Amino acid sequence: MSTFLWVIFPYICLAVFVVGHWWRYRYDKFGWTTRSSQLYESRLLRWGSPLFHFGLLGVVGGHIIGLLIPQTWTDAVGISETAYHWVAVIGGMISGIMVMVGLVILIYRRRTVGPVFSATTPMDKTMYFFLALVIVLGMWNTIASSIFGLGGSEGHSFNYRESVSVWFRQIFYGQPDASLMTDVPFGFQLHALVAFFLFALWPFTRLVHVFSAPVGYITRPYIVYRTKDEREGTGVGSRAPGRGWERVQ
Amino acid sequence: MKIMAQMAMVMNLDKCIGCHTCSVTCKQAWTNRAGTEYVWFNNVETRPGLGYPRTYEDQETWEGGWVRKSNGRLTLKAGGRWKKLATIFSNPKLPSIEDYYEPWTYDYATLLNSPSTSTFPVAKPKSLISGKQMNITWSANWDDDLGGSREHAAKDPMLKGIEDKVKFEFEQTFMFYLPRICEHCLNPSCAASCPSGAIYKRSEDGIVLVDQDKCRGWRMCVSGCPYKKVYFNHKTGKAEKCTFCYPRIEVGIPTVCAETCVGRLRYIGLMLYDADRVLEAASVENDHDLYEAQRSVFLDPNDPEVAREAERAGIPLDWIEAAKKSPVRRLIQDYKVALPLHPEYRTMPMVWYIPPLSPVVDVVRDTGHDAEDKGNLFAAIEALRIPVEYLANLFTAGDVGPVNDVLRKLAAMRSFMRDINLGGDPDESIAEAVGMDAESMYEMFRLLAIAKYEDRYVIPTAHVEQAHGLEELATECPVDFDYEPTTGVFGEGSGDLTPVAVENFRMLEERQQSDQLVGGGSKRGRVNLLNWDGKGAPRGLFPHRKKQDQ
Repeated sequence: MSTFLWVIFPYICLAVFVVGHWWRYRYDKFGWTTRSSQLYESRLLRWGSPLFHFGLLGVVGGHIIGLLIPQTWTDAVGISETAYHWVAVIGGMISGIMVMVGLVILIYRRRTVGPVFSATTPMDKTMYFFLALVIVLGMWNTIASSIFGLGGSEGHSFNYRESVSVWFRQIFYGQPDASLMTDVPFGFQLHALVAFFLFALWPFTRLVHVFSAPVGYITRPYIVYRTKDEREGTGVGSRAPGRGWERVQ
Repeated sequence: MKIMAQMAMVMNLDKCIGCHTCSVTCKQAWTNRAGTEYVWFNNVETRPGLGYPRTYEDQETWEGGWVRKSNGRLTLKAGGRWKKLATIFSNPKLPSIEDYYEPWTYDYATLLNSPSTSTFPVAKPKSLISGKQMNITWSANWDDDLGGSREHAAKDPMLKGIEDKVKFEFEQTFMFYLPRICEHCLNPSCAASCPSGAIYKRSEDGIVLVDQDKCRGWRMCVSGCPYKKVYFNHKTGKAEKCTFCYPRIEVGIPTVCAETCVGRLRYIGLMLYDADRVLEAASVENDHDLYEAQRSVFLDPNDPEVAREAERAGIPLDWIEAAKKSPVRRLIQDYKVALPLHPEYRTMPMVWYIPPLSPVVDVVRDTGHDAEDKGNLFAAIEALRIPVEYLANLFTAGDVGPVNDVLRKLAAMRSFMRDINLGGDPDESIAEAVGMDAESMYEMFRLLAIAKYEDRYVIPTAHVEQAHGLEELATECPVDFDYEPTTGVFGEGSGDLTPVAVENFRMLEERQQSDQLVGGGSKRGRVNLLNWDGKGAPRGLFPHRKKQDQ
């Protein structure tokens, strides 16, 4: 069972994540959008959306630091476990609270504003449920482990960097050790599993817009020029020419 | 020098009768779909008036277009790239649906299903946004023909500074119609605002388009466009805008709005311009210089040097010939009677307008004087400062000089032609009074008054050898496409696109071969009425009935 949960399941989810995105990008570029509802309502969105998104950027940054950077590295540059812990807790709490408040505003808005609610698809609702679940579990883990000392020992709070983070990195090395996760507090286990499930759901939801973050905007020229037959493989029309009918260059 | 060609339009406002035919045909052709109910690629505004969306010209509120910084460089009025990205999660300057209007339909079923009653049954309006009953409080043309203008038109942003005078003379106020489409600017701020780079300017003909596959729905273009001519399709989550009817232009026929214009007031043709000089011209310090600066960017294809350079730049010969014959070039460059709409936004718009002389003529006629005498008209143009100032606010960033010149030319043409039509000799001095000669004045008259179809629209086709592959042309075999009137996996609008021509063909076939009443089927929520014959309800015209209703 633990092999399934901590080895097979994550790989299935990641495979669906990767292949799903490839497939969606290949076949549904037109459906690849943020599906903004600002036109319907902007008073609540003006607060909810930036809170949620900026908070989430903090959360993602925190996860990158916590999961991807090995403890040995931070030890090597002389950051003590206690110092790291407090930075992580304070940063995590601030971002987490922003995300929670934003999420509550956004869900309230989505449910109560008629036009926004009627523009919500079943897939949106499913996604919202799992996204909220992951966030709530993550928030609970932060509070429970660091403040109430859940899962900790001898006055230290639970150090996920010795178990969860190692296991997470091992997934990408191709050799995850399921035993690292079996003794982790239940909240952390659930958070990881639901997060992986969310990854599997990702390509089929509006979450794909994350991968459209327009960072290229900073460097590209303001005005874009294009010629009619520029797009590769599409010839001059909206469809690719049949084999043997490509334009002579 | 980098020569590029631009498809441009001029509208002669004196001829616009405000019939809205252009808006209606455009809507039928392009925006008769779910999600674009409130979208008018072409709209006709009564001026003075609020415009559509309301007060869109007030850039202190909406922050569209460009501004010149103190160091002489241009920046987007709503802020540069970093600010755009920082506000991406909630666009602070997006008009809400109330600034346009809440689109609606009527509950026609009440009428159709009504039993015989002593009173008329009433079809109540239902919102197309929320599906609920609503009160209609605004629409795309609520202040049409100055309706309610004491309340509304007084808020026209273009009356700034002259509002007292206009209100004072309201009983004899002037009025004219302003049809608007996308300006297909040389320096488009919508494209510059797009974080995804989905809005592009076609290098061949300068038409500004939104790549529907690249658009991610960030909505910055809607704020960036000072003319508010990019709209957000709230069903597909993508931006949509006037396409200059590119599938028609490519085969050499005019846009739908121009084709169907009752007053025949639209002119379409090519302009050659120097792309390297656009930014410099858009950055001149004084707003009043922008009109001349933009004119200076245009190149004269009759100049052999320019023609040679254009050919070297890859512009086909038939295009250069078309640029020589372009009615738009003649009106803008030769006769100098066309003016750009709001040059002060610094986007270098390419749909220009001949300002209306008729408010002036009407006033002169009403006073009992000869309204075709150039002396009377010249004097009236001088005296009627308010209409002229108002026109200047629209077309020359407030500089009354060029507006005066245009109106004097139109007035001169009026009295010049009166002499000829009454059998008299043409009076050369009239033309000279406005800096023209008799021959060019007569030519201008012909172009403005009696131009035939092929004179008003000089549109070179896209290359013949490409014709088969051009987008949306109905030359493809319709059997090659699947036509399933279902929605995609990810809701409306997902999946591969079926060309409209093919969809029409399939729908027609379906109706002709079916034994039952069938409506115009619709993929992706589009209500296609192009060949609906009134039998049955087109799929998607009404929302799905809930179970309890049935």
